[in-house]
Amino acid sequence: MSVFSGLKFRKVYSPIHDLDPRIKFTYVCAIFVIAILYSELIPLIVLFLIQVPFVLLARVQREWIRSMRGAAYLAALIFFTNFLFKFLGAGYKVLPYDVETTLGLTLRFVVLVESFSVFFLTTSPDHLGLALEQTRVPYEFVFAFTTAVRFVPVLAEEAQSIMDAQKARGLELEKGNFLKRIRNYIPILIPLIVSAIRRSLELAEAMESRAWGATKKRTNLYVLKMHKGDFALVAITIGILVAAIYVRLYVPIPMLYDALTF
Amino acid sequence: MIEVKDVYFSYPSGVQALTGVSLTIQDGEFVAIMGQNGAGKTTLVKHFNGLLKPTKGKVLVDGVDTTRVSIAKLSRDVGFVFQNPDSQLFSETVEDEIAFALKNFGYDASVIEKRITWALNLLSLTQYRKTSPFMLSGGERKRVALASILAWDPKTLILDEPTIGQDYEQKEKLRQFVMQMRTQQKTIIAVTHDVEFVAECNPRVLLMREGKVIADGAATKILTDPETLAHASIVPPQIAQIFLELPGLNLPKDVIDVYEAERILKKALEKQY
Repeated sequence: MSVFSGLKFRKVYSPIHDLDPRIKFTYVCAIFVIAILYSELIPLIVLFLIQVPFVLLARVQREWIRSMRGAAYLAALIFFTNFLFKFLGAGYKVLPYDVETTLGLTLRFVVLVESFSVFFLTTSPDHLGLALEQTRVPYEFVFAFTTAVRFVPVLAEEAQSIMDAQKARGLELEKGNFLKRIRNYIPILIPLIVSAIRRSLELAEAMESRAWGATKKRTNLYVLKMHKGDFALVAITIGILVAAIYVRLYVPIPMLYDALTF
Repeated sequence: MIEVKDVYFSYPSGVQALTGVSLTIQDGEFVAIMGQNGAGKTTLVKHFNGLLKPTKGKVLVDGVDTTRVSIAKLSRDVGFVFQNPDSQLFSETVEDEIAFALKNFGYDASVIEKRITWALNLLSLTQYRKTSPFMLSGGERKRVALASILAWDPKTLILDEPTIGQDYEQKEKLRQFVMQMRTQQKTIIAVTHDVEFVAECNPRVLLMREGKVIADGAATKILTDPETLAHASIVPPQIAQIFLELPGLNLPKDVIDVYEAERILKKALEKQY
């Protein structure tokens, strides 16, 4: 569940929380694109560090660290599979360059998780929905999306009580070999899916009885407007993107191993 | 015997749910735990089968510290029926649902067969043996959940909100069933908001408020004390209210049972006329 808590919004007031979600999302996408552009370790370290001030400014460091810890397992998996194939490909030798590329690939994943985590930690589902709506996404899709986001913690809570109920009937999740352990989760997943379906039907009925979709043209109480901070972030985003593309095209990037040894 | 010694518990989110709870539940006792939402009732009973471990203090079940043994091991002696049956039902048939725990506890196939028949019979579910639990009504699903716990015949039974969503007839059956369990020297612990149900069963009552036990005693004593009840946001049962509202007639103040009330009122009426 720790990965989820890294994506769970908590209400705090900070300059980052006040930013226009559309701009924040553009920023996250820019980071995403840059992370894909590079596979070398040095630029990815830079990319990782660039985002730390955002986390500190938004005062979400504790939640952020938790989500990083949640991503650590997957990162480790990425590292080991890549490392294994490099190791086999190099003829059972551990080469420093291989280690560095593998670390780079892993860090790329970490950067992606990091940027999305910062975005979700600092953007309320309402705000996000508003942003989508005002970029002319059909309201049905916006509603489905915000509802999905909002129900993540509810489902996590439900999963916890299902686990408790099955443990009270002698289910031991950590028992048995790999296959048995996967099968252990069936008694958890089925009630979870059933209740999610039930819940969605109930929600649909409740919405229908409150005249959902009665008017075609909806208005909003809050309207998103760009402020000084938003323009600053636009500038930062464009700056980073341009710099990244320039470096990619014209500057040779040294390996960290060479930079350290020579 | 369940001993709770100065237990404190706070959830990872930081919510302090129990603050210094101490109590002892003897074998064969019937205890109703009451109190407003968020008072810590469910949190407390989740300590009895090890689902939660105290942050401070100790919980001993038959002398064994719950932090030292697994939930599975404790559950053999302490059955826990959850409030919402949908958080446990997952099998294709009612029969498989009941067999689930028995298989987990490692019973033989022949024993499992016998236990299923016994449990289905006990809760009048025999005709649903091969039915999918998802096809049953809410009340029936609740009974299947109960049957799936009773099947391994635990010494102690914890019921979380057993009367919610049950019609009067089912409630009455549940009461009779609880009374039957008592004659078999089972310990029963019920978490409930239902004062009328508690009044009919007449158990020991524990009142909780903000993570503390604020009153502990016989139902006749606690359910007829409006001041204490008000602290836990509970209204006395209707019978008790009648007796509390008639001070002029010199009636006893600790009546919660319908039949006893009938007898006393008849006598009082005969005297008057």
